Amino acid sequence: MALLPVKFDLKKRVKLAQTVWFMYWFAVLAGVLVLSMGLFFKIELRKRSELMDNNESHFLPNLLILMGLIACSINVFGGKVCYDSLDPDKFAKWKPMLKTYLVFCVGFNALLLVTAVLCFLMRIPMQFTLAEGLRNGMRYYKDTDTPGRCYMKRTLDLMQIEFRCCGNDNYRDWFEIQWVSNRYLDFSSKEVKDRIGSNVDGQYLMDGVPFSCCNPSSPRPCIQAQMTNNTAHYSYDHYTEDLNVWKRGCRDALLFYYGGMMNTIGALVILVTMLEASVTVGMQYVHSSLCNLANPEDPESESEGWLLEKTVKETFTDIMDKMKSMGKGIKVEEGEPVVETVS
Amino acid sequence: MLLKITFTQQRRVRLAQGLWLMSWLAVMSGAFIFCLGVYLKTELLRRAEVMDNTEIHMVPNILMMVGLVSIGTNWVATRVCQDSLDASRFPRWKLLLMAWFAVAMLLCCLLLAVVVLSYALQGRLEESLKVGLRNGIRFYKDTDVPGRCFQKETIDRLQMEFRCCGNNNFKDWFEVQWVSNRYLDFTSKDVKDRIRSNVDGRFLLDGVPFSCCNPASPRPCLQYHLTDNSAHYSYDYQAEELNLYSRGCRQALTDYYMEMMNSTGPGVLSVILIQMSVLVSLRYLQTAVEGATALEDPEGESVGYLLEKGVKETFEDVKANVLDILKFAQVDPSAAEGSPGAEDAEKPADNTTEKAASPTPSPAS
Repeated sequence: MALLPVKFDLKKRVKLAQTVWFMYWFAVLAGVLVLSMGLFFKIELRKRSELMDNNESHFLPNLLILMGLIACSINVFGGKVCYDSLDPDKFAKWKPMLKTYLVFCVGFNALLLVTAVLCFLMRIPMQFTLAEGLRNGMRYYKDTDTPGRCYMKRTLDLMQIEFRCCGNDNYRDWFEIQWVSNRYLDFSSKEVKDRIGSNVDGQYLMDGVPFSCCNPSSPRPCIQAQMTNNTAHYSYDHYTEDLNVWKRGCRDALLFYYGGMMNTIGALVILVTMLEASVTVGMQYVHSSLCNLANPEDPESESEGWLLEKTVKETFTDIMDKMKSMGKGIKVEEGEPVVETVS
Repeated sequence: MLLKITFTQQRRVRLAQGLWLMSWLAVMSGAFIFCLGVYLKTELLRRAEVMDNTEIHMVPNILMMVGLVSIGTNWVATRVCQDSLDASRFPRWKLLLMAWFAVAMLLCCLLLAVVVLSYALQGRLEESLKVGLRNGIRFYKDTDVPGRCFQKETIDRLQMEFRCCGNNNFKDWFEVQWVSNRYLDFTSKDVKDRIRSNVDGRFLLDGVPFSCCNPASPRPCLQYHLTDNSAHYSYDYQAEELNLYSRGCRQALTDYYMEMMNSTGPGVLSVILIQMSVLVSLRYLQTAVEGATALEDPEGESVGYLLEKGVKETFEDVKANVLDILKFAQVDPSAAEGSPGAEDAEKPADNTTEKAASPTPSPAS
């Protein structure tokens, strides 16, 4: 009892082969799409690798690129086989390979599905990478004279302006680190000496933020320094002031940005998986219909195509038996000298 | 005959097929010109708040109009090509083709005019930006006045995006009060001093808004007391270059728009070339097919040409035809009126005899 059998005459077979060939070309384009999405994601990660401490995992984009390449190649092969399937001579040379090819396709589809799930899950490790990277980045903000870190200030400023965010969790993160370089501090002034003396590490901490945290939508010119001191500015209450600097933290902003990108890529990979599954099913029907001609000598006779030769349960037990016999075969080979002595 | 070429039947067929393909290419290029016009217009509209007049909008408007007309015109050309090899259907296009040539020539001239205009209007664009930016800077502080409350945000975003400060440079901010009175403590000595220091009673600072700050500066941004060297540690106002953006916004915006229009120049020129070649090929096709239908053997050789007579003769012919039409229009009402009409009719007749063109019969003998 075959699974989902369908009767085919010559005309139906030809139509099926043409449709599946057409679908294989779409699948090639889908493979190219997956490849380009992987490349795009890799480039986006590279662009901001400084903010992630150069520590970010490129596993997902590399996997997408690999899947895209494999998808392209197997779909091109499948298209060629479909094209040849209408000519019995040409098809004869592909016949022996088809069974392994179809098994490989099924495995590949499963891998694609796993990739799609990974796209949605990668958000979690990215959160930790971003938190760590931003914290270190902010520490190096002032080191514009240290080779290797001299561009951190510019990178952070441009990022805060572009993503409309301030600090790691919020703007108060800037209060806890020294972001003004010692080169621009007058150590003979009383104010500087007070601030340095006020904490254990001797750092110049202020309740101020860099200019890139400023929100252009604020009705009043930006207040960057002495933010917690209500008397330092006219008509200012730092508890109610919410338009002055960006309220969102940069970790959340970047996570939202990359998360959105990964969700879109994940959704597209799921669509590509569905397309691949359908071309595999189509190819299986083409293969089975051409292998079971009613009259093997007459290529125009009727035939029956199916999804699986036996039902799902029987196929499963067949596979288990095959694996067991393979395992027994290995055991018998090892145990042969023992058997001989016993007999 | 000007530039004549003999066409066999096969060559005519080839010409029609090639022209059909080229006409579709010309339709695509018409769509491209339209999209280019839309893109330019959107970019100009985005910054409409800092522009005083809309003269520069002439360039994208002409591009859009030319794009649409070009799509229609070249589509007509494809229909003509399809009918050209069918002797029964071609004659109905005869009258339309004359108009078609005129429209195609007009399109090419308009496209050339656009290229010239985009250079010529640079001065007007700068003027418009100068006035617009000056107003933007003046109204920066008016975040509570309806109609002007977004000027601050617009100018801040503009300065950050284009990496510029002020109109000509950052000193423009020293001459304007950009801090609203709502945030000034009028009881403080500093505020009272500053207000008294100038005639209009404005609170002027030697400071700039935060959007002028340059992220590439190695030191945290210095916005206030810019001319006072002693206000900041290790600071020299004359030598400091990276603290703020040194470019003025007028210059930045003009450069941006000029670069955009210059980069579209080669595209527009190639579209002119495509349109001209479609025009020339269609003229050859028309004359060759008409010549072939006049022969006894429609499949034989015929001659295609650009102009039936030489350039000067054709020009005289066209002028005479146009004047005929004008005179015809004038004679009709004058015949009803009698002598005043006859006087009017005499004048154009005198003009034509003066110009010594081909002889035209004087209507009012």
